[in-house]
This record gives sequence, C-alpha cells and structure tokens, in this order.
Amino acid sequence: METFLLQFFIFLTAAAVSVPIAKKLGLGSVLGYLIAGIVIGPFGASLIHDIEEIMHFTEFGVVMMLFLVGLELKPSLLWKLKTPILGFGGSQVLLTSIAISLVAYFFLPWQQAVAVGLILSLSSTAIVLQTLQEKGKMKTEAGQSVFSVLLFQDLAVIPMLAVLPLLATLTIAGGGHHDSVLFDISVLPSYQQVIITVAAIATVLIFGKFACRPIFQIIAKTGVREIFVAAALALVIGTSLLMMTVGLSPALGAFLAGVVLADSEFRHELESDIEPFKGLLLGIFFISIGASLNFSLIGNNISLILGLTAGLIAIKWLILVLVGTVFKISAKERPLFAIALAQGGEFAFVLFQVAKSSGVLSVELIEPLISAVAISMFLAPVMFVLHEKLTQNSSTESHDKQEDTINKGDHKVIIAGFGRLGTDIGRFLLSAGIKPVILDHNAGNVSVLRKLGFEVYYGDATRLDLLESAGASHAELLIITISDTNTAKQLVELTQKHYPQLKVVINANNRRASFEFMDLNLTEIYRETFGTALNMGQAAMKQLGIDPYEAHRLKQIFQKKDGEMMPELYKQRSEEESYISLYQKHHEHLEELMKLDNYDCITALDKAWTAKNPEL
Amino acid sequence: MKKILINFAHPAKSHSNINKALRKAVETLEGVTVNDLYANYPDFMIDIQREQALCEAHDIIIFQHPFYWYSTPAIMKEWLDLVLEHGWAYGSEGKALENKLFFQVITTGGDASTYQKDGYNQFTINELTSPYQATAKLCNMTWLPPFTVSGVHRGLEQEKVQSQSEDYRRTIIALRDSLFNIEQAKQQPFLNSDINRMIRTP
Repeated sequence: METFLLQFFIFLTAAAVSVPIAKKLGLGSVLGYLIAGIVIGPFGASLIHDIEEIMHFTEFGVVMMLFLVGLELKPSLLWKLKTPILGFGGSQVLLTSIAISLVAYFFLPWQQAVAVGLILSLSSTAIVLQTLQEKGKMKTEAGQSVFSVLLFQDLAVIPMLAVLPLLATLTIAGGGHHDSVLFDISVLPSYQQVIITVAAIATVLIFGKFACRPIFQIIAKTGVREIFVAAALALVIGTSLLMMTVGLSPALGAFLAGVVLADSEFRHELESDIEPFKGLLLGIFFISIGASLNFSLIGNNISLILGLTAGLIAIKWLILVLVGTVFKISAKERPLFAIALAQGGEFAFVLFQVAKSSGVLSVELIEPLISAVAISMFLAPVMFVLHEKLTQNSSTESHDKQEDTINKGDHKVIIAGFGRLGTDIGRFLLSAGIKPVILDHNAGNVSVLRKLGFEVYYGDATRLDLLESAGASHAELLIITISDTNTAKQLVELTQKHYPQLKVVINANNRRASFEFMDLNLTEIYRETFGTALNMGQAAMKQLGIDPYEAHRLKQIFQKKDGEMMPELYKQRSEEESYISLYQKHHEHLEELMKLDNYDCITALDKAWTAKNPEL
Repeated sequence: MKKILINFAHPAKSHSNINKALRKAVETLEGVTVNDLYANYPDFMIDIQREQALCEAHDIIIFQHPFYWYSTPAIMKEWLDLVLEHGWAYGSEGKALENKLFFQVITTGGDASTYQKDGYNQFTINELTSPYQATAKLCNMTWLPPFTVSGVHRGLEQEKVQSQSEDYRRTIIALRDSLFNIEQAKQQPFLNSDINRMIRTP
C-alpha cells in the first residue's frame, strides 16, 4: 500500500511540477509529462520502478480518450466533414504509411516495415490542436484541414489496433495478453465466434442508443453526482471488457459507445466525468513513456536517432505539401498545414506498446523509433514558432480580410439555465443563426427541449468541468438565466475567476438581485419581469386611447430613466445598508422610485417636436 | 371615382392643431384611406408588404406631415427607404406606382414669404421638396406641388384653420371625382394656390 501511494505521489508531483512549466514555455502538456517522466525515470532521479506495469495499466487512458473522441464526433459532424476527412486525412495517412514503409523495407521484413509505416504516419493530436487553438488558427483554412486530418488519424487508430497483431512475426515474450477473465471464446467453433463478435458490437450500439439515456436520466434525477461518475466509468469499462472478451480492441468498443452517445443530452456531463480519469491515466502513461526513454541507447546511437527524426519530419512534411497541393489548399495556408502535422504522435507510443506486446516489433527496433517520435514532438512547438516568425510580415493583409467575414454561427455562446426565460432567448438567438450551447440541470426539461431540436445538455452549470466541456474557455458570451440568485452569483464568480474573457449577460429576480450582481461588477443585468411590465403598460395605454407612438415613447423614456436611476439607488443602498431594516428599505426604495418617476416622462415627451408654438 | 391614400406622419399629434384639423376634414370621405404611420409603426417596424398593397390599391398617394427641418418626420424617410423597393417602385421591372398621382400636404411654421430666395429661409418650398419631386419621377408617378399651410408658428385663428381644412376637403373630393385640373395645377407653386380656378364644377 505504502509503495503504491509513494509511487502515485511521485507521479502526481512530477506532473504537477513539470506540466505548468512546459505550458509556460509553450511546449504543451504532453511534452511536460514526457519531461517529467525523464526526470523521475531511471536516467534521471531514478525514483520509479515497474514502469512496464504502470504503462500497461494506464494504457486504459487511451480507451477513455477514444470514448471521448467518439463523444465529440456527432454522426452529423462526421458527415459534414466527410470530404476533407477522407480526402486530406485518408491520403495523408495512406501516402505517409506507404512512403515510410518503403524506406523501412530496405532494412526490415515487410510486416515490420508496414507496422512502422502505419504507426509513424500519425501526428500528435494533443500538441497540434492545443497549439492551433492557442494561436487562434483553428478557423483558418489550414486549421480546418489540419483538424480533418487529425480526425481521420484518430479514427485510423482503431483499425490499426486491430491490424497490428496480425503482423506479428516474433514470439510474444510475456504472453497471456489477451487472456479473457470471463470466458475464452476461442474454444468455440469459428462461426459461433463470429456470431458472438457481431452480437457484442450490436449490444454496444443498441444499448448505447436505447438503454443508456433512460438509465442516465434516472441517475440524473437522483442528483447524486458520484453515481453518475460511477455509471459513466462502468459504461466505458464494461464496453472494454465486452470487447476484450470477444477478442476485439477495447478502444474500438469505447469509441463506438462514444459515437452512439454523442447525440445525447448527457454528452457534456459524460465528457466532464470521464475527462479527469482519462487525463490522469494518459498523463501517467506519458510519464511512463518519458521514463522508459533509454538515454544510454540514444547516447550510443545519437546520429541514428537524429537521422530518424530528421527523416521522419522530412517525409511527413513532403507528403503534406503534396496533399496540400493536390487538394488545392491556398499557397498562403499550405506551409502551416504542412508544418503543423510533420511530427510523430502520442498514438505512436500506444501503438508501439501494442506492437511490442503482440510481438510485431522488437524492443531494439522500437526504442530508437520512440526516441525519434518523442524528439519530433519536442520540435513541433518550436516549428510553429519558427513558422510564425517567417510568415509574420506577409500575413497581416489576409488577417484584415478574415475579420470582415465573421459568421454569426462562429459566435460561441453558452446559456446557463434553460427555463422559460432561457427558452425564449435561445429561440431568439437561433433565429439569428447563433447556436448556443445550453446547460440545464433539470433532466426532464432537457429531454423535452432536445425533442424540439435544441442543443441542450444536462448538468449543473456551476461545475467548472462542465463549463469547460461546454467550451467556456473559448466562448465569447455566457447568458445566465438561473432564477436562484445565489447559484447565479456562484456561477459569475466562477467564470470571472477562470474565464475572464467571457462576457456575461444575466437576469435578476428583482432590484436587490441586480444590486448584488452590480457588486460583482456586472453591467448587463436585466430584471426578468421588467420588460414584460413595460410592454403591458404600453398595451394598457393604447387601450386607453393614448396615441400608440406616444405610448411607445413613454415606455422608452421610462426604461431609460430607470436605467439611469439604478446607479443612484445602488449608491444609496450601500450607504444605508447598515442601519435600515430590510422591510423599511424596500419601502424607502419604492417611494424613491415613485418620486423619480412622477411626470418625468411626460415632460420629456412634451419637449420633443415642439417649436416656439407647439401646433405644427 | 379615384381612390386616395393619405399616409399621415406626425410624431406628436397631441401637440398639433392644424394637422389634426386637416385630417379630420378628410378622413371620413368615401374613397379616402388615412394610414397613420406613427400609430401603426410606433417602433418603426414598417410592414413593407402591407404598405405596398395599400399603394397598389389606391390611385393617388398623399403624404401629410409637418415640415420639420425643411423635410419630413423621420418615419416618412424610413417609409421611402423601405417601401420603395427596386423592382417594385422603380427599375425596369418596377411599375407598381406608374401614373399614380403623388403630392405632399405640409404645414410650415414660417410664413410663405420666408420661403423665398431673399427670405428668412433662403429657399422656396418647391426647391426644398425637390427630393420628393425626384422620387416621384423615378417611380414614374405624376408629381403635384404640395398642398401647403404656412405661418403655423404665429398661431392660426380658428377661422383660418377652418378655411384651410375646407380647402383641403374640397381638393381631395375634386381629385377623387376627377374634377381637378391637374395640368394647370402642376404650374402653380402650391396645390392650394388658387383652388377655385383648379376645381371644375361637374
């Protein structure tokens, strides 16, 4: 127990120290973990052992990652991007695999050459997407193309995981990798094996499609958060177990489960529940990769490894330029596209691991290759910086042009709370082509609204992780229509702390709630019944025979005056707060309000459109 | 019988004396539709289709309004900007308003004498309303000089208000019944310069 805790402690501390430093240096978290691994590994401080075992266990992070990838991939999005994904992604993976395999074929048997080609054709999703997002390049032509390629690569991992064991030429050292805990279907006749395999996949699809939502709805209604997390984990682990039992890749199962659930309202909730586990497991996985880097080997073969790195980057870059040219990416965007993807990826570590354990590649072969991939990943952020420096001068023009064409659909808006008020705001925004992400914690509400075609997600908006997966870090605006003032304040404080860029538009129950929001420096505060009160007042005046335009003006003048009065009342309130009782205060304010309103509007109305003699 | 549309634009009717009187004199006449723009569109959200249908259903289109800052109240500009669409009001396909009569009924604060080259206001009413003359021409409408009531700032005596209202009423009836000498009226500075000579007896 103590040894386990100590190991765990060392891993966590190393991550906690190195990741912030790496991020600060612009290297990204993956490199941070790798560096941490090197530091605590046998070639650094030598603090950890049993690396192999840890790596094996934390590989499960990859399964979770693919579950999350699946969750992100709504079938509709997939369909929309099918051309760039298949075109760019397909040709990049195919051509790069072929080129690298051909080169490798000079030195290796063909099975191993193919395995190496497949594994090295992948790029680093984690590093590239993060860097593009940080640099605000996601929406550019190159950014979109890069995204398509990465998406294809993420999908290609699944067949690769399935194909790799078939390329095995070596005897498996440890063995027993695929031993099933439940029962061994290989004892059954082969037609039954096929039936069972198909049935397992169908189970995942049908269960995900029809059984998951009602189950999650029931769990959500209990309001016990841990149970939801437990159910989410059970779903991922259960799917993996089922897949392993029938001899399929657990990653494939998790991915399928993710895709099936991508359209459900629990998507963000599931994402934020699985995300920390995935992050932690993958983090430790990357650390163990770092720790397993054999520096004496690198030192002895320094020229070989550097040569491999340079060759890897060069081949990938050349193919990307070729793909970019064939698919007519504009000349200006092509260099970024090519440079962004010219490195090995984190999936290579996973796949090398699989290749090793299933006897495809030998340790002697893998070690220099893993080193080369790692070095190319270290270089990726550096290449971004270089590219930026080189194109800085010429790119200013195109920037101006892009600003003009900001699409309403590009605006990122989150609506927290989707009751009656939120519904109307949501409908209004949708009518203008702005698609908000909607968060609500009433599971009943959520499923009804989803039937009406809204993008609504179940969850408590005051949870930081849920906000994160709803995209708060790159959203522009948060609309808060939560009726409970304290919950709303909690949410405001949370966003101000973590997402200072997020503009806030908020509703207030009453004047006092407005003041409390003003305490938090909010300016866009709307009392929820005020607008209706004024509209009804206007309608009433019209019914009384007052000229409609006059009634309209009176309403507008009143609204303006009320807005102007707020800071005044706000000031008074903070002065009086200490000694006037709440009851008294309410009435004082009412009196004050009525005093200020009397006749002011009529005077303002009278002054308009009158000359010396108002008869015109 | 011709059908007459009066687009009435006044943002502060409770202040107005003369415009109210003028409107009252004609609004109950047969064949006359009074369309109060500010009352129908207090938020300026002009219903373009409704307005175009109204125009199409009438032969004579009148804008009645106070003469604010040598021009019209804001909503009338909005009306022109929105309703007179290309392909409907003008352009090779835009024939909806062709050959309809168009004129303004305006009330000015200053005396008629101030609207002269050497007067206080430096330009004549005709010059100042030239944008609407040009608008009418572009839309292939027949433009008539404005029916003008001036000197409102001095305050008009009740008799004068009444006689102007009566002139307005007679003009509208004569136009409706095709008893108004349009060709001759075009030559006058105002539509109401000499109405007794313009109106034929049936």
